[in-house]
Amino acid sequence: MKVSVESDKCVAAGHCVLAAAEVFDQNEDDGVVIVLNDDPDPEQYDAVRQAAQLCPAAVIRLTER
Amino acid sequence: MTTTSDTNDTTNLPAFPPVRPASCPFDPPAEFAEWREQDGLKRVEWNGNTVWAVSRYHDIKTALADPRVSADTSGKLIQEFPGGFPVFPRMDDPEHNRIRRMLTKDFTVKRVQAMRPRIQEMVDIALTEMIDKGAPADLVHDFALPVPSLIISLLLGVPYEDHEFFQEHSNVMLDMQASREQHDAATTALFMYLMELIERKEKDPTEGLISRVLHEHVLAGDLERFHLAANCVLLLEAGHETTANMIALSTLYLLHNPEALARLRATDDPKVIAKACEELLRYLTIVTSLVDRIAAEDVEIGGQLIRAGEGMILNLPAGNRDSAFFDDPDTFDIDRDNHGHIAFGYGSHQCIGQILARAEMEIAIPTLLRRLPQLRLDVPLESVDLRHGMGVFGVHSMPVTW
Repeated sequence: MKVSVESDKCVAAGHCVLAAAEVFDQNEDDGVVIVLNDDPDPEQYDAVRQAAQLCPAAVIRLTER
Repeated sequence: MTTTSDTNDTTNLPAFPPVRPASCPFDPPAEFAEWREQDGLKRVEWNGNTVWAVSRYHDIKTALADPRVSADTSGKLIQEFPGGFPVFPRMDDPEHNRIRRMLTKDFTVKRVQAMRPRIQEMVDIALTEMIDKGAPADLVHDFALPVPSLIISLLLGVPYEDHEFFQEHSNVMLDMQASREQHDAATTALFMYLMELIERKEKDPTEGLISRVLHEHVLAGDLERFHLAANCVLLLEAGHETTANMIALSTLYLLHNPEALARLRATDDPKVIAKACEELLRYLTIVTSLVDRIAAEDVEIGGQLIRAGEGMILNLPAGNRDSAFFDDPDTFDIDRDNHGHIAFGYGSHQCIGQILARAEMEIAIPTLLRRLPQLRLDVPLESVDLRHGMGVFGVHSMPVTW
């Protein structure tokens, strides 16, 4: 699974961090999303899918093989 | 299908929001289930306008994610702000997000986590004061209102010695019984106070959002001074009316659900506390008529064509009880997976303070329940003064004893 974000549209709601703290963080300046690991392990897939679902601005893009 | 021109006759349309029955204030009005089941979209009368109430969960999210659905309803569905001051929730993207992002630094997961000890401290102090004064107390006046008020003041950087002035004017601003003149006077007083505070902080920078945004953005030319003041009035209002009512109404609900009450009182597990608060948010969904929008272009929602210029109310309480998304939605269930609830809205305007709101609830409610094991309502449920017909539902006052 590859993870990417359209950070321009991020509104810093923080759901992704709450859902998958090992994959997402918020930057210090304005809380906008940072992808810590764009190729997460299979154990993290469910959490990452949830993050994508919950994102209110729908900026998380998952490419699943 | 009616067109915009013949919708000025509002005499036969239901008023939004309908009143919740006094005997069961914890459920949304019964009409919402009908509206959801029948057409999903219903013509209603709200704030002197005829608008579409959008009640199905999926339709609400579709509308809030659609760029043709505008949040700029000032002067169209809602009165223009005194002086026309723009606030970011009433702007559309990209300008909305440009300003929102100047504020988000103080509301992140990490920042809120760091605030938790201070939140606990304020909760403890407010409770001690209430207990020392002695029973009976008004839970709203003595606990549910001051705690969020103090926290948002801290976050903004409003000096503690000014908090009574702040609270007094906020209360008028939020008081539905107050006249338009009184509202405007209170809003203006707060706005003037904040402009003066901004000036002080220009000379003497301090902790908190106001000083930070002043120095990082206003002085850099990215934001006008009066925009900062106006947005702070908004954050102040939004930052405590909602949380105060969630704390009070949640307590009222838990006092009538002994099983949930006992479980929350007995647990130390932060996951259980978090899940309980999340379910309280979904189940009670107090934000009833704050999410109004206007179609900037023709847009189809749930099979209904909404013409450019027509208004909508996104009926969050109805959406959160929609069985198309939640199993057995009218049951309060701490253990359910309620991810995806819309108590904080959806789309790019989703509540900026939601992480802080959760932290406040997660600290205030269990602390209250544990310190007052005999807490109970001091009046019958039917005589509790509920906030019928207000944008944010909840309680005006809540006499309790212990």
